[in-house]
Amino acid sequence: MARLLVWYGELTTGSSLARRGFLLLLPGLAWLLAFLLLPGLLLIPLSFAERGAFGEVVWTFSLENYHRLLGFGILGFSLDNLMALLRTLWVAFWTTLICVLLAYPIAFFIRAQPASRRYLFLALVIIPFWTNLVIRTYAWQLLLAPEMPLARFLTALGLAEPGMALFPSAFAVYVGMVSAFLPFMVLPLYSSVERLDQSLVEAVQDLYGGPWRTFVHGVLPQTLPGLTVGVILTFIPAMGMFLVPDLLGGAKHLLVGNLIQQAFYTMRDWPYGAALSLVLILLTLLALRLYRRYGKEVGLA
Amino acid sequence: MTAGVDVNKGTGLVLEALRKRFGEHEVLKGVSLEVRPGEFFTLLGPSGCGKTTLLRIVGGFEVPDEGRVVLKGQDLTRLPAHRRPVNTVFQNYALFPHLTVYENVAFGLRSRRFPEAEVRARVGYALGLLRLENLLHRYPHQLSGGQKQRVALARALVNEPEVLLLDEPMSALDAKLRAEVQVELRNLQRRLGATFILVTHDQEEAMAVSDRIGVMEAGTLLQVGTPEEVYERPRTRFVAEFLGVANLIPARRVGEGVETPFGFFPLRAPWAEGFLVLRPERVEVFREAVPGSFVARVREVVYRGAYLEAFLEPPLRLRTALRLAPGEEVFVRIPVEGLVVLDG
Repeated sequence: MARLLVWYGELTTGSSLARRGFLLLLPGLAWLLAFLLLPGLLLIPLSFAERGAFGEVVWTFSLENYHRLLGFGILGFSLDNLMALLRTLWVAFWTTLICVLLAYPIAFFIRAQPASRRYLFLALVIIPFWTNLVIRTYAWQLLLAPEMPLARFLTALGLAEPGMALFPSAFAVYVGMVSAFLPFMVLPLYSSVERLDQSLVEAVQDLYGGPWRTFVHGVLPQTLPGLTVGVILTFIPAMGMFLVPDLLGGAKHLLVGNLIQQAFYTMRDWPYGAALSLVLILLTLLALRLYRRYGKEVGLA
Repeated sequence: MTAGVDVNKGTGLVLEALRKRFGEHEVLKGVSLEVRPGEFFTLLGPSGCGKTTLLRIVGGFEVPDEGRVVLKGQDLTRLPAHRRPVNTVFQNYALFPHLTVYENVAFGLRSRRFPEAEVRARVGYALGLLRLENLLHRYPHQLSGGQKQRVALARALVNEPEVLLLDEPMSALDAKLRAEVQVELRNLQRRLGATFILVTHDQEEAMAVSDRIGVMEAGTLLQVGTPEEVYERPRTRFVAEFLGVANLIPARRVGEGVETPFGFFPLRAPWAEGFLVLRPERVEVFREAVPGSFVARVREVVYRGAYLEAFLEPPLRLRTALRLAPGEEVFVRIPVEGLVVLDG
């Protein structure tokens, strides 16, 4: 039996409403199809093609790009590419984790504010978006420059050499990455923390749970939806990031994003860039798959 | 502890002059109370009277601005909730949605790192006590309201707390189930000999389960006593009206008694002008005149099944088995032993 629904005062069957909903969806779907799915699919044949003498694409079928990607270049085998892949996973993982560790206290801090002040603090979280990431990253170059307060402070602690800039370095990459992605973690997490049912937290404490059990059983299951969104919003762009390592990391901290950028822009070798992009996409999907599986084990069934 | 020792020779729970303020609002205005070991004590009052805050202070979820919480001679006032030998059954039960019934009940024991064999034994006992053996592997969302409530009880009781706190645990149950659970709760408490503190706004529930009741209003404890005491001998107008139905009769002190619209009664009053309380079931009503009776007219009648509730003129509410009809004239007698002189 067809379900009847009232929609804007008119009585309609459920199925015809669904049809209409689909029509409304079409423009968005067409957009995604034309500008996301098709170019994405195009990467696949492109990655098996070859670069012509003038940087044009020669449509052959060869595994050369993947061979090269694994490190077999004209100069013999090198581990650099594989290291960059591993480093990308590693940096994206730690960036995400640091963002999680910073975002929980921030989200709880905002929740603890009187309602009228919460929006102020949420706005403060969003303010960095008012400037472009390039500019913010250059700003970090300035902040991390020698003789700036931060460098002096770390020098005084014996953690940095006097007169040296704090970049390029792994530290600078993390600083830049975390500051770029923290808002993406804080906002979805806050939306979960705001709705947190305090009585579950109190139940853990009532049942002799210390801080760790309180977090794992009282807070984590309830904030898992926001956390998952935050992790996805942070981890995926962190995997593809090239700007921050470019400006703050130097040659020693290249990520796959940098290799892709070089392939497309500097080397004008689109087929090789396509192969790198595909590998990055696969790695990202794999990592998220692991997160989901692990998340299911800890969390909500 | 030094000052508290002599106060706490008994081994119960002692609350000393507790005060709590949230912003401008003073929720507790100096509440002192002693709950005896093995007692079923009920805090009764309307919403916003501070009874839940008082319970939360005992549970360790609020710190009082002033006063102390002493259990078996030990000052708990500033001890965090997870160090207190006290467990709570929360109003919405607060069962962990990601854990099964078994894991929920085992939670407190596992927090305290009991060996798994003992956890199994104790959880098994608690689940048996509350007839939950068949629901071990269910998740909370697969349970009915009554089942959730029993899991919440088992989860708290399995820890053998010195005091079990119950925050309106029956408010989510329907009336019939609530009556059953009240009996069950009372039996459970007697069987375990445990100290229960229940918070409720339901006076019938309070009378059905409690050894003693503390009636609260606007941050103060008005009266503490057995259900009979607070019902039969209310000291204030609020207590009289909050517990059951009360006729409030204005009175004036005259010589060795009080003068009321219904005549003179030889009762001692601490005031010049005040009120007497008369429970409706204490009013005697007749169709014919009897000595000491006066005439009244029936204004309205409400059929209550087991009895008839009648509103008379002069204003008096009563319960009777007689089939009275509106407009009818009846004879009413007020027995002096049914009258209670209020303090103020």
